[in-house]
Amino acid sequence: MMRALGVVVFLVSASSAIADSPYEVLMRSMVDKNQATVSRLKQDAMQETCSKPRQEPANAEALTALREQSLAGVKMPADGVFIGDWQRGAEVANNGKGLQYSDDPSEPNGGNCYACHQLDPREVAYGTIGPSLTNYGARGQSEAMLNYTWVKLWNTHAYNACSHMPRFGDQGILDEQQLKDIMAYLLDPESPVNQPIEN
Amino acid sequence: MKATIKSNALVLISVLWAAGTAAQEGIFDEYREMMGDDNPAVFVIDEGEEFWFAEAGPKSATLEACDLGLGEGVVEGAYAQLPRYFEDADRVMDLEARLELCMIELQGRTREEIHAKPYSLQGDTGTEMEALSAWIADQSNDLAIAPGQTHEQEQSAYAMGEQLFYYRAGPHDFSCATCHGQADKRIRLQALAHLESHEGAAEAYSSWPAYRISQGVVRSMGWRMRDCFRQQRLPELVMGSDASIALQMYLAVNAAGAPITAPGLKR
Repeated sequence: MMRALGVVVFLVSASSAIADSPYEVLMRSMVDKNQATVSRLKQDAMQETCSKPRQEPANAEALTALREQSLAGVKMPADGVFIGDWQRGAEVANNGKGLQYSDDPSEPNGGNCYACHQLDPREVAYGTIGPSLTNYGARGQSEAMLNYTWVKLWNTHAYNACSHMPRFGDQGILDEQQLKDIMAYLLDPESPVNQPIEN
Repeated sequence: MKATIKSNALVLISVLWAAGTAAQEGIFDEYREMMGDDNPAVFVIDEGEEFWFAEAGPKSATLEACDLGLGEGVVEGAYAQLPRYFEDADRVMDLEARLELCMIELQGRTREEIHAKPYSLQGDTGTEMEALSAWIADQSNDLAIAPGQTHEQEQSAYAMGEQLFYYRAGPHDFSCATCHGQADKRIRLQALAHLESHEGAAEAYSSWPAYRISQGVVRSMGWRMRDCFRQQRLPELVMGSDASIALQMYLAVNAAGAPITAPGLKR
């Protein structure tokens, strides 16, 4: 029935698909939609290094370089203050919106922490891709803890190359104030994250 | 009976609407229990059959001569052996790409028209593509998933799908594997299928197209691919595109051998 197929111009010849890269295949398979343009399909060095199928062994040299470059790119808070408002931090942690083509770009981005982490032990709807951060503040607020936590939020690959976690500071997903508020949500002794459930 | 199903479904949808995004999986389990073997998708399946036999397009033709891989007009069992290579198109195709080609070739319709709104919005009326997908998939129910893997292009589609599964991009650095690369994980309360494994891929792939309770419409596998990319903060995936087909091939091959259980009933 379909002998006139040669005239159907939209059909990309798939016989060349073998030699194509995933980037090329995605570029001809996707279209801009609102804020999500096809420019997002181009990988940076981290993304390229961390896109290997699981069965392919990681290149130790590349991972070391990624950790070093990630650490070197971290911007510490300009005023030296790490801790913001935990109540605002709770909102950021709960907000899963931001940067999807279905999201309003005039609204602030969320951190969506609960998608992957347990935080406030009273919140039952938490994900399990990342470790539980309940009672994270028990570690205290030493300079080392403040620095470590800030770097982890800014660019997780500084410590854990090819982690699943987004680079919230480095990629501009959250601004400096939002990061400080998340720091407070994690570290402030008053934050519900650090308030155990009383029996 | 159908009227009862529909009113039950509507009541539950409004309850879920009120429950908001934090709606817990438990309520969906209760809903599934309440529905038993009934699925609101039965209405959509009926609509799909009507679309198949309806004259449409400039050629006023039906889709009855459409070859889904088992010969012209053979619908039974066709969905279970997709995606597969089609010699007439010299391309690996999924159901949606094949239906699109049939609409163009047989009915004289345009690509622009078919792509204008292939999937419905949340709470919307379902589309022709969704209804056809539901009806066609329903006729592969209980059959083993058996995508084509003999032709060179079928094998390269699987290899590309695997690469795409791990491809990290966008502001959040997400790939499919971010959420679906490990067993026994969840996002908030939503359990995640581990799509690298046969069990996980089978559970996910076999149940699409599915009636999505929270959205009140039937969704196809192609729609599911598009929506995953939306959540990855990536652009819009084109229906029937090479990336969509390659990813579906990756899932179908990982799921191969498991029976189709479509249309599913999902949160």
